[in-house]
Amino acid sequence: MSPLHICLLFSSALFCIGLVGALARSNTILVLLGIELMLNAANINFIAFWRYGPNHADGTGIIFVLFSIAVAAAEAAVGLALVIAIYRHRQTIRLQEANTLKG
Amino acid sequence: MIISAQHLWLIPALPLLAAGIGALTPRGGRSLSAGAAIAAMVAAFILSCLALRTALIDPAAHQTFNFAWFDLGHGAVRLGFLLDPLTAFMCVMVTFVGALIFIFSTGYMKDDANFKQFFCFLSLFAAAMLGLLVANSLLLLFICWELVGLASYLLIGFWFHKPSAAAAAKKAFITTRIGDLGFLFGILWLYDARGTLLFFDGGHGVLEAASLSAMAGTTLSCGLALSTAIGLLIFCGAVGKSGQFPLHVWLPDAMEGPTPVSALIHAATMVAAGVFLIARVYPLMSADQVLASVPVHALTVVAFIGGITALMGACIAVAQNDIKRVLAFSTVSQLGYMMLALGVGSWVAAIFHLLTHAFFKALLFLGAGSVIHAAHHEQDMRSLGGLRGPMKTTFATFAIGMMALAGVPFLFSGFWSKEAILHAALEWDVSILPLIMGLAAVVLTAFYMTRLVAEVFFGKARSHAAEHAHESPATMTIPLVILAACAIALGFLGTPAFPWLQAKLLGEAEVHGHSLLVGAGLMGLSIVLVALGLGAGWAIYGRKLRQSATAKDPLETASPPLFAALAARLGFDELYAATVGRANLAFGALSAGFDRYVLGGTISFLTRFAHFTGVVSLENDESGLNAGFNATSEKLRGAGQSYSKAQTGDAHGYLRVLALAFVVLVLLVVLGGGR
Repeated sequence: MSPLHICLLFSSALFCIGLVGALARSNTILVLLGIELMLNAANINFIAFWRYGPNHADGTGIIFVLFSIAVAAAEAAVGLALVIAIYRHRQTIRLQEANTLKG
Repeated sequence: MIISAQHLWLIPALPLLAAGIGALTPRGGRSLSAGAAIAAMVAAFILSCLALRTALIDPAAHQTFNFAWFDLGHGAVRLGFLLDPLTAFMCVMVTFVGALIFIFSTGYMKDDANFKQFFCFLSLFAAAMLGLLVANSLLLLFICWELVGLASYLLIGFWFHKPSAAAAAKKAFITTRIGDLGFLFGILWLYDARGTLLFFDGGHGVLEAASLSAMAGTTLSCGLALSTAIGLLIFCGAVGKSGQFPLHVWLPDAMEGPTPVSALIHAATMVAAGVFLIARVYPLMSADQVLASVPVHALTVVAFIGGITALMGACIAVAQNDIKRVLAFSTVSQLGYMMLALGVGSWVAAIFHLLTHAFFKALLFLGAGSVIHAAHHEQDMRSLGGLRGPMKTTFATFAIGMMALAGVPFLFSGFWSKEAILHAALEWDVSILPLIMGLAAVVLTAFYMTRLVAEVFFGKARSHAAEHAHESPATMTIPLVILAACAIALGFLGTPAFPWLQAKLLGEAEVHGHSLLVGAGLMGLSIVLVALGLGAGWAIYGRKLRQSATAKDPLETASPPLFAALAARLGFDELYAATVGRANLAFGALSAGFDRYVLGGTISFLTRFAHFTGVVSLENDESGLNAGFNATSEKLRGAGQSYSKAQTGDAHGYLRVLALAFVVLVLLVVLGGGR
């Protein structure tokens, strides 16, 4: 098994863990955590394809991931702020109970 | 086994592994988590000793192992490890004190529900701290610097259900972040100027001669040399981390954490990281010394900040009643001494004091922890008292620590390291003020430590908890005894007659001892000052012992306003709340106002306008077009309503659909042969 395969298997495993976490948890913070894991799985794929791909010399993969990490950090800040706002209004952060926007 | 620079990563990796084990064990795995942490620390200690042996073979050499982290643009971001006597001595100290404090913690935290988490955090801290020590790159050092900040945050807020602990954790994190911002700017500027952040790199590193003379030779528009500006920015980070004036306010509050944490992080190791940083980049800090006509030398600022901190910390410590707060302010004061030593040009004296202070201050904190443990978490020394009888080992070791801190002559390590600093300050030709502040702090240190010991250990027990105090278990007293032995023995590594430690740090192969009588005048003066402090402390607090927990402090009776000001820590917290805090709130209110009135106003204007046009066109519609459209809209509304059923408002539902769609997509790609 080549290193690329190992990386991809690892990132798939990470993605699945994140997906299960996001789907099965009812605590909003843990759902956010799961999403964050999936995002990082994608980041690992970027790095893996960059590192073992044909254009190793240019920094595309790493630049992409740096951007992605920066965006993820901003997203986490917004997400957690939303969770705090929801908690202040309803004294709960169970995702099922945050359904005001239903049609 | 030879440990050279390329194996140095093992030292921080072992505690990191232990932290990982600690994180993954279930809640009940108490002994596994603690055992892994202690074993990793002991192994790291052995490795550090081997590294020290390697470093001492040729103390002048800076062994490095550099590697590229990743390529970016035309260059690569490079990190590295550095092995020299400074790194090796610090590693040995951190792992040794750390291992003892870990063992102490198994006794102190025995009844805590989050026992295994505690060891996980402690190991994480140790890993980050050791990483900081072995780094050969300012970037790697900064990464570990932030990680120790994180570990400190987690451990101060370890009892997060206490609001005061949660607030103290935030305060520590945010206050140090202010200093770190300056540090980060310094790093960026340095990278911009030199294109590398490696300390030593075969002639190209930032701490090597070519780079230093280039930076000292560049003058900025404000008249400062480039190296001065960068050095002062880096010093900002040290001010935050090492609790120097004016960012010292977080350190006393950090005592909300468990006592072993206070001993390890907020006395012995992490807060000394700032001193270590300045000692590490000392060539950069002192590069501007060759210039005569600059407005200020970087080291002059360091010396004055250190002197002010040393004196201020000692003054405030006199009026504190919480046993840990007294020690916290004493830490602030001692860190001030170290900065003072750096500033007056003797970084080896600073590191000597750092090492001796780590041992005796860890000893004092663990002794305080033993007292607090025995007295059922009573920390107010007015309510303690009379513990000399029931807690003999704790008392004896605490007294040794107290005498080392106060600088009782000849036998105790604190005396020799403090003398080294005072002598360096005497030889400094810029100003006499730091020396005077240092000498004043000597009296105060001896005074407040006498007060502390008299109140806690002498007299009679003044509360129910203190009456029933009994000696702590062996896991707690044995580390105390070992630390006490070190608090005495360590001083003899650096006496003026045989300054082995200083010579090795400076990279000299031979140890040139000189007579103890050199500078005997200053030594005599400081002995007199110590005796004065001890005598005054005993005269005020020892001869007439406190009778009840509510009795007034003798100093408070003598001068109420001064005592009140010192007890309120000179009002720094209130000052910052009134200035920085208020300014922050005002900016928040301004932003909210902008949001509400300017942005909101624009939008509401647009809505009004749209509404107006709507009203105008309504007239048209009502009269002509309506009938036909109404029927269509009803249909659309019905369709919309049935579609809106899909909008359940349940985020999990959306995620599920998303996941399902993803699976379908993957299946299509796989079954479709990738086309």
